[in-house]
This record gives sequence, C-alpha cells and structure tokens, in this order.
Amino acid sequence: MRTLHKFHGGVHPPTHKLESTRSPITLAAMPSRLVIPLHQHVGNRAKPVVEVGAQVLKGQLIGRAEGRLSSAVHAPTSGTVLAIDMQQVAHPSGLPDLCITLKPDGKDQWIDHSGVDYTQTSHSDLRHLLRQAGVVGLGGAVFPSDLKAYAHKHKIHTLVLNGAECEPYITCDDMLMRERASDIVHGAEILRELLHAEEVLIGIEDNKPEAIAAMRQAVSGCAKCRMEVVSIPTLYPSGGAKQLIRILTGIEVAAGIRSTEKGVQCFNVATAYSTWRAIAHGEPLLSRIVTVTGNVANAQNFEVLLGTPVDELLAQAGCKADTDRYIMGGPMMGVQLPSNRVGITKATNCIIAASPALFPPPPPAMPCIRCTRCAQVCPAELQPQDLFWFAKSDNFGKAQEFHLFDCIECGACAYVCPSHIPLVNYYRYAKSEIWARERETEASEVARERHEYRLLRIEREKQEKAEKLAQKERATLAAKQASAQPSTSAVEPDDAAQQRIEAALARAREQAAASHPQNTDHLTPAQQAEIAAIDARRAQAHAAAAPQPNEDK
Amino acid sequence: MISALLVMIGIALALGIVLGYSALRFKVEGNPLIDKINAVLPQTQCGQCGYPGCKPYATAIAAGEAEINLCPPGGEDGIHKLADLLGKDFIPFGEGAGPKGKMVAFIDENTCIGCTLCIQACPVDAIVGAAKQMHTIIKSECTGCELCIAPCPVDCISMLPINEDISTWKWRYPVFPIQVRA
Repeated sequence: MRTLHKFHGGVHPPTHKLESTRSPITLAAMPSRLVIPLHQHVGNRAKPVVEVGAQVLKGQLIGRAEGRLSSAVHAPTSGTVLAIDMQQVAHPSGLPDLCITLKPDGKDQWIDHSGVDYTQTSHSDLRHLLRQAGVVGLGGAVFPSDLKAYAHKHKIHTLVLNGAECEPYITCDDMLMRERASDIVHGAEILRELLHAEEVLIGIEDNKPEAIAAMRQAVSGCAKCRMEVVSIPTLYPSGGAKQLIRILTGIEVAAGIRSTEKGVQCFNVATAYSTWRAIAHGEPLLSRIVTVTGNVANAQNFEVLLGTPVDELLAQAGCKADTDRYIMGGPMMGVQLPSNRVGITKATNCIIAASPALFPPPPPAMPCIRCTRCAQVCPAELQPQDLFWFAKSDNFGKAQEFHLFDCIECGACAYVCPSHIPLVNYYRYAKSEIWARERETEASEVARERHEYRLLRIEREKQEKAEKLAQKERATLAAKQASAQPSTSAVEPDDAAQQRIEAALARAREQAAASHPQNTDHLTPAQQAEIAAIDARRAQAHAAAAPQPNEDK
Repeated sequence: MISALLVMIGIALALGIVLGYSALRFKVEGNPLIDKINAVLPQTQCGQCGYPGCKPYATAIAAGEAEINLCPPGGEDGIHKLADLLGKDFIPFGEGAGPKGKMVAFIDENTCIGCTLCIQACPVDAIVGAAKQMHTIIKSECTGCELCIAPCPVDCISMLPINEDISTWKWRYPVFPIQVRA
C-alpha cells in the first residue's frame, strides 16, 4: 500500500456526480452545423487551411498549427465549409474569435488515416504525430501535449495520470475510465515512453470505485506496464496538478517552478486516451466526452464533436424551460457562457444548465471580517484575505508579493467565505490587470528602443553627410593646390618666391600691354573721344597709384 | 590646544580625501532620476506634453521645469506613479487634456501619394514605404502618437480605436447590483 500525502486545506462540496453517471456515454446526435474555433488551445491561433465552400472529410486538417506553441484543428465530420469568420466562442468575455462553420453532410466520411506502432517509431515522430493530431491537455488547461511529453531539460521519474476529477457535477473522466480504461492505459504507456519515466501513478478519488476497478483491471492486463492505480481520498481540489503530485509522491512543487523540475509530469486521463487514438489509430482529436448536467431531464455524458452548439447538445439531454444561464466547467471553477449558441471546444469538460432554483443567487457580499477561513482551506497555502484586500485596492505589486500567481482559482476560499465575497473574481481581475500592465510595459519598452534607435540613426546619417561633404571639399582643395604649384619643392627661400611673383607680374603687364580691345572697328567719333578720355583717366590713376606699393607693406 | 587643532585638521583632511576620491570613483554618469521618470512615461513619443519626446519631458520634470500632469497617454495612473516617484502631490489633468482611448494610425492606401512625409514624422519608424510608393503602418509598432497626421498633404491617415479582443480582454472589477427590497 502506497503512503499518501496531504495537501493544505481543501473543502468537501456536495459532489452531485450520481446524476450523470447512471447511463453510459452516448454518442451525441449529428448537429445541424458545427462552429469550430481555431483557438482552442494555449498558444497561437491555428491558421485556416481551407476555403469557404470547400468539401472536407472527417479528420481533415482545417487549421494548421502556427509556431511552436500551437495546435492543429480538424474537421470533426465530413461536410461543407460555410464560413470562416469571427463568431462568439465559449469564453467568459463573449467576444468573437475566428471560427470555421461547417455544415455536416451526414455521411461522416473519414479521410484516409492509419495508426503507427509506437514501439517502432522514433520519439520525435511520435511528438510530431501528436502535434498534427491536435492533441492538447483535456483536463481544462488545453496545453499542447507534444510539448509536455518532452523531457529535454530535466529527467522525469514519475508520470502522474490525473483521474481525480474532484470538481462537483463533472463525470466525463469517470465515465471514460469506466468504459475505455484499456485505451487510457495504452496512451499512458506511450506518454511514459516519451518522457522516459520510470513509473506511472494513476490518481483517482475514492468516490469513483467503478473507475478504479476498471483501471486496475486494464493495468493488470498490460503486463509490461509499470503502472499503479492509486485511490486517493475525496477532497476538493485534489485534481489540481500540484495537489495531486503532492498527494501521490509527497513532492511539493514550489512557487514559480514547474513539476518537471522535480521529475514529475502530469497528464489528464482523457489526454492519454486521445494520445492512444491519435498514435495507434491515426485519429486526430475530433470529439471529447462532455458531461451535460444540472437543470436537465437526463443528465449524462455525451461524446460530442468539437464545435457542436451548446443548445443542440442540451436539447438532447432535455434541458428544462427555467434554465437561465449555462456554465462551462464545474460550479467551483467554471465560467458562465455568453450564449448557448457557442460551440463545444477541447476545453469543455462539462456543461451545467443553471436555474435560479438549482443555483440560487448568492447572498449580498458583506465586508471581510478577516476570519481567515479562506486561508485554512487554500490548497496553495496563500493568504486569500490579504490577496483580496490588495486586489480590491488595486495594490497589484503587493498582491504579486503575496504570490497571487500561485492561486489556481479553485474557489475553495469563496466557497467557505462567511461574508459571501466572490474572492476568485477579485483574483482574476487582479491577474488580468497585471498581465495587461506587463503587456503595456513591454510595448513601451519596444517603443523607447525604436525611438532611441531612430534618433541614433538620424544623428549617424547627419554625421555621414557632413563627413562626405568635408571629404569632397578636401579633395577639391587638394586638386586646386596641385594645379597651382606644379613641380615645386615644399619650401622656397623668400627672395626666390619674391622673384617669381615679380616675374609673374611682369608677364601680366606684358600681356595687358599686348592685348587690344576686340570690338573697336566701327566706332563713332563720339565713342572714340569717350574711350580716349577714359584711357587718360586710367593712365592718371596708374600714375597716382605707382609710388604706393612701399606704403602698403 | 595646538594638538587638538591638529587632530581636527587631520581628521578633516582625511575625510576630505575620502570624499573627494569617492566622488571621482563612484561618479554617476547622467542623472539617474531622468531614467526613472522615463521608465514611467508611456514612450509614445507623441509630444503632447510640449517636449519633443518622452526623454526630453523626463529631463524637464527632473529639472523641475515641467509639471507631472502633461502626459495624456500615461493616464491618471501615470501621474500617480510620477507623484509617488518624486514625492509630489497628485495633480489632475488640465481642462480637456485627459487621456483618450488607445488608437492606432491607419493609412488609406488608395489616397496615399507616397510623399514620405509621414515616415519622417514617425518617432518609432512604424511606417514602411518609399518615395512614390504606397505607405503602410506597422500596427504592432504604432504608439498612436498622431504625429503622422499633420504632415500628410492628402489627409489619408486616420486614427482607429483599438478594440478589445479575446487575447487582450480583462476580467472586470467585481461589482454587485444593489437590490431594493420590495
């Protein structure tokens, strides 16, 4: 028997899981249209690679992964591309994002696909296959799995498979483990192989005995697998990656570091399942198990094509008339959907139809009385009452000092708060404000650099221009000097120079005397007289100026 | 008496030498306050403060020549930061000088004649183009300073507001509806 460890805090909310586990996973009916967002994962949005009006087959690539941190998107069924445009997506903001709208043709015709034997394939090829198949973490974080299944910096000794599913109402992993345990175990074996991990620990909360039994049977059927199914006590939020690692291995993943630095990697069971489907069967991630529960007649799990509109899915479960809002995820961490027309994404594990009777509006928030019950239940060992205070007063620096970013937004603090303060909303507000400020700081830093570079460039261009001009001037001056003093030595005696000047002057005088005015042929007598007068004045002036040169010196 | 004086003079000389040496050895190049102020300013280089860029404005603030409420792109938040940094009181923006929403310049490429005047005006080199070739704005580098608008001879540049999208969306500050009991 493995020794289990405890994490700090935790709460026991009513689980409400029985409602949706009474019937097996049902294949959801083919919807009238699919709205497939191109950004269903962490990282860059996929780039559409089909045209409007194109006929696509089931499993055909419609969105190519852009950049390293991205994932591919595929057509979940065969049909026609109706539009590639901005549509409302399953996001709390209600803002539109780029989506591909597909009209199914009803034939559900597969594209040619085949799996590979993972034991005969290189690890980099396997990771490439995962990337091409659009496999991302299905526990809710939707991080591309090919990047997570790569232990290049740190040695991984343990792979933790997360089947805890601690949040109330959600049963998709439970049902998947009950019904498709052997595929999960095979997928986990591929992931273990990719990470070179020594063992796999599958953590399942003890309120899912059927899943534990099914998984134990699947593990015992796999002789070479080094896996252990561990039943852990039911306590919310034991399904948090850091919390589950703590429970199973006793390793505490400190603030600001990743679990891989401690030699542990964590995957969700549904991710292991899609890994197996992608590698062994060549099936990209086209559908996922979604729990439909809450204010519905038949709460159950559906296998749903990605992009299926929420309202069409809810209709199959018999959504009751007094439903007033729709929650994606569980009641603790889930977000309210902006409308029931949005499509199911890779991150949608559960849809709860909420009614005022089922989820009565919370009583008005009262002032914080600093009872610290939130600190007692916080699984990240934070001081939620202080974080609340800092977030409320926009004191973000202080909030970061108190490790706001270690908050996993599990909602345990808000659950126990006797003043009914929506604490998580304050933390989400503070986090997104801090991110926005960081983006602004980065942008202003870039602007400053560009501006300074521009000033530098203008200055440099000015200098270069001035230098060019100076060079040109020097060149002309040198040319002038060269023509003025042909074949003379550098220094000459003064009298020699004097002689040369006098000789030059004499030459000039001779030339002047020898020259005759050119246009003097047909002059009138009056003009002749005028010229004679001018000559006389000039001679007089010369005579007057002649004795002066000595005075000049 | 004499010995006491000598001792005091000796100490004064020794301390003077130490101070003089450290003044040379640990001399700070430039004014560090200017850089600190410049780091708070938004670096739009728009000149709305009346100085030809953020650094000149920072220099003027450091020299005590300019008030701290002259930078509309920095917003009231920026004034608060400057007030904290300089130990001054917060001053609100003057009449009609408040911050506007974030904008980005846009060149109507059908009207552009390729005169390069906007390229010369852009403080962050965010406009690409050449003489008699169409110009365009690099959206990601544009600071929204509006300096390119005035020089354009054909008025083909306009400022477009930057709308919130999914990647820049922020969670709102939690507010509660006040319920009136019937």
